[in-house]
Amino acid sequence: MLTGMDSFQATIDADGRIEPRDAMPEGYRKTLIRQIAQHAHSEIIGMQPEGNWISRAPSLRRKAILMAKVQDEAGHGLYLYAAAETLGVDRADLLDLLHSGKQKYSSIFNYPTLTWADIGAIGWLVDGAAIVNQVPLCRCSYGPYARAMVRVCKEESFHQRQGFEILHTLCNGTEGQKAMAQDALDRWWWPSLMMFGPPDSASTHSEQSMAWGIKRHSNDELRQRFVDMTVPQAGVLGIRVPDDGLSYDEESGHYRFTEPDYTELYDVVKGNGPCNEQRLAHRVKAHEDGAWVREAAAAYAAKKAVRAA
Amino acid sequence: MSIEPLWEVFVRSRRGLSHTHVGSLHAPDATMALRNARDVYTRRQEGVSIWVVRAADITASSPDEKDEFFDPAGDKVYRHPTFYQVPEGVQHL
Ligand SMILES: [Fe+2]
Ligand SMILES: [Fe+2]
Repeated sequence: MLTGMDSFQATIDADGRIEPRDAMPEGYRKTLIRQIAQHAHSEIIGMQPEGNWISRAPSLRRKAILMAKVQDEAGHGLYLYAAAETLGVDRADLLDLLHSGKQKYSSIFNYPTLTWADIGAIGWLVDGAAIVNQVPLCRCSYGPYARAMVRVCKEESFHQRQGFEILHTLCNGTEGQKAMAQDALDRWWWPSLMMFGPPDSASTHSEQSMAWGIKRHSNDELRQRFVDMTVPQAGVLGIRVPDDGLSYDEESGHYRFTEPDYTELYDVVKGNGPCNEQRLAHRVKAHEDGAWVREAAAAYAAKKAVRAA
Repeated sequence: MSIEPLWEVFVRSRRGLSHTHVGSLHAPDATMALRNARDVYTRRQEGVSIWVVRAADITASSPDEKDEFFDPAGDKVYRHPTFYQVPEGVQHL
């Protein structure tokens, strides 16, 4: 009979799933908490760049869709905080770590949404890249994280399609609208490639995460998958991927592309992106402004509990 | 620490199926937990019924003793129909 860490390793070796109360190495638990919390933070911070356009969506249809999408992202955050809590942390504490800058969120959300076309580009590219990252996580060795990802992935496909539809409409509109779509692709292409993280040669956590079945593919593999999937879609839109080095390699069946400038990624992670301060300040303010609601609900629940007793 | 307690959420996806655990959430009381569960876990009509249970009220078996705990069922192969030999030609058995 296997117990404790032997049982953990046997489960991992058999590609089984680890569940909340199983014994697990401290490093496994810590890695998962860090990754799931960062993922959850990204979902809720990601509501801001898109929320910026809800009041200015060009039609009621677009507005309803965008609200549903942003609401989904809040839901994704909640699924993920719930998954993180099964590892013995508390959601309120994770939010404190986000607010104090001790835990990160995806750098992509530190870029501004300057035009309506950016909403299209986010759905198409940012949600598209998120899907490429998240699909393999549905097979993550940690059960609650994998199950949350199944739910998230089901919902993401509409996010990507609505973004593509926005750009498709613009690309078939006036010259000015098409130029707006091109400008959005020009600005979002490189940050989207950076969403897969540093190149494999510089990635610090990857190897252990792969051995633990938390990560299933390397950053570079996923980045390549994204490029292969996205370039033909840009062709359908009739806009140009801003990479002079882009070419199709018949032999391998993959696109060759220029690597993004990772010094920019490291710089944005450090806090020097165009919107880092604004995003965090907005999050902290929303949290503080909502404090009275949480307190009132708790007071009401306490009063009712006394009466029922 | 969160001021709201943690609730486990179970959803019946359609009539004829059991409630299945879908995740958890924080809410101050059961009524709010139900409403939040509706918004978080059934935005696409994933359910026709929701249960919420305070996580603290659940008693679970321990994973450490899973082998001993479930052992009694381990050597009772005769509880399965495949244990029995059916003579050739016998039908509807
Ligand atoms: Fe999401
Ligand atoms: Fe999304």
